[in-house]
Amino acid sequence: MIRFIIQRLLQLIPAILISSFIIFFAMNLTGGDPAMIIAGDKASAERIEQVREEYGFNDPVPVQYIRYMAGLVRGDMGISYVTNKDVFKSFMARLPATMELAFASVFFAVLLSIPLGIYTAINQNTWKDNLGMVFALFGVSMPNFWLGLILILFFSLRLGWFPSGGRSGIISVVLPAATVGLGLAALITRTTRSAMLDVIRQDYIRTAKAKGASDRAVIYKHALGNALIPIITVIGLQLANVLTGSVLAESVFAWPGIARLIFDHISKRDTPMVTGSIILCSIMMCLVNTVVDIIYAFVDPRIKAQYVRKG
Amino acid sequence: METATAKSAHPVYRSRGLASETMRRLKKNKGAIIGLIFMVLLVVVTIASGFIYDYEKDIIGQNISERFKAPGLEYPFGTDQVGRNIFARVIYGARFSLAISAGAVAIGLVVGIILGSIAGFYGGLVDDIIMRINDVLYAIPNIMIAVVIVSLLGTNTFNLLLALSVSATTTVSRVARASVMTIRGQEFIEAAYAIGVPTWKIILKHIVPNCLSPIIVQTTLLIGTTIIATSSLSFLGIGVPAPAPEWGAMLSEGRDYMRSAGYICVIPGFAIMLTVLALNLLGDGLRDALDPKLKK
Repeated sequence: MIRFIIQRLLQLIPAILISSFIIFFAMNLTGGDPAMIIAGDKASAERIEQVREEYGFNDPVPVQYIRYMAGLVRGDMGISYVTNKDVFKSFMARLPATMELAFASVFFAVLLSIPLGIYTAINQNTWKDNLGMVFALFGVSMPNFWLGLILILFFSLRLGWFPSGGRSGIISVVLPAATVGLGLAALITRTTRSAMLDVIRQDYIRTAKAKGASDRAVIYKHALGNALIPIITVIGLQLANVLTGSVLAESVFAWPGIARLIFDHISKRDTPMVTGSIILCSIMMCLVNTVVDIIYAFVDPRIKAQYVRKG
Repeated sequence: METATAKSAHPVYRSRGLASETMRRLKKNKGAIIGLIFMVLLVVVTIASGFIYDYEKDIIGQNISERFKAPGLEYPFGTDQVGRNIFARVIYGARFSLAISAGAVAIGLVVGIILGSIAGFYGGLVDDIIMRINDVLYAIPNIMIAVVIVSLLGTNTFNLLLALSVSATTTVSRVARASVMTIRGQEFIEAAYAIGVPTWKIILKHIVPNCLSPIIVQTTLLIGTTIIATSSLSFLGIGVPAPAPEWGAMLSEGRDYMRSAGYICVIPGFAIMLTVLALNLLGDGLRDALDPKLKK
């Protein structure tokens, strides 16, 4: 098992290298001339050339990339053009807010969607099922910045239960997490329902029922256990997505997270900050995917057995 | 005459084409029909609004004396902070969401089908290169990709279409690749080779038409997600610029008046949601109609 985990972690390295190279290359292509930004608008051609030489912008992109990645390993990703602060430190300062929002939303989504998914699957094709599916359909069709505004309108302006923005303690995460979480809940509900429906029709479920297991035991132990793989997959994907994709929720609720950091700096052409943040985000996503893969092995004895046999 | 006698004796089983068979199954699905009718109505209404309203005067023209009128008889959806008729703006604004999403998805379809079928057909190194780049783009949330592209290249219609088409491209190329791979090995392809049909013609005439079902379903759903993405970008201020009545831009403008006139924010959001809902209903219905095996 430990060998499997180490193996999966090693596979991370090429994934990170490939994705960071593509991001680095693309940003290099479109990000504008960094030497001109550093030297300033009024700089002479000689001065710009001097800056280029000094910072190594004249080197081929792969050489620049290797230099960049060598810096990254040491936590040195350059200095922001705009704030003159260290990119790595700025990113890390925003990370807790983003993590808090991401985990709170996924927690909210799971709490709502797994019971609902199971419930709709057990009551397949009844009005209860239809109602649940209509809810899920509305959830995926709703733009989440709008949902955020509606929640602010109702729970913050009318009722005054929650603050309408900013990050100040546990109470302030409720509305943003509900906003992001409701969209996720819709997706997870659909996945849970269809995974449960696949499993419920299997022979071993009938066997379990035949031997006299209670409905509860059949559903939670026999069925849910076997339906977990697709559910975990979609939760992992969504977690990876909200870690960087919550720019709208962060903007509606003035939440000081990473997505807003990228958004605020990109319009100012702050290439080091943007490139660095996106590369760090892609590394986070690779990590989440790896953790999901490892969880598979714990959840599903069949997958675990494969590695134990090999290892 | 012969068919008439045959009919009386026993039912005639005519073979139907894919289109008519799909339509027949689609008609049984209430949700899909509601979605279809809604979309047709929306297109008709938004085109008609161009003839009824004058853009300069009724859509973006300000009329301060009429501002903040709550929804009522005169203004079904009320008026906004500068007295513009929200009803007129919402139905006129549908054209932005529909045209931009359809355009972006069309680009995504062309590029995605080409890349996906090349990757799926040839496999090997070409497949690896295309799919690895695809994986990276797929892993980054599409809204972030769009934000990065529009901000770096500048805010204009072409860049907006380009930015929104990226996520459509990644989805379409995945779907196309998977279908091409399942069809590539079948006997009728081998037969086409045997009689000397050139490769490009095999891909275009024999493989792509057989992959269409999943692509049609994805297209419907993609237009829905792209409508949300378009309005999200406008909401962030980098999509369709105000005062154009794009739904996301209207929401963004109305934000400041939420306390006093909540409906300014609520109504455009409903428009987005209902449109996307209609497309999702239609997409789900099409999936069931095109591939009855998947129906649960």
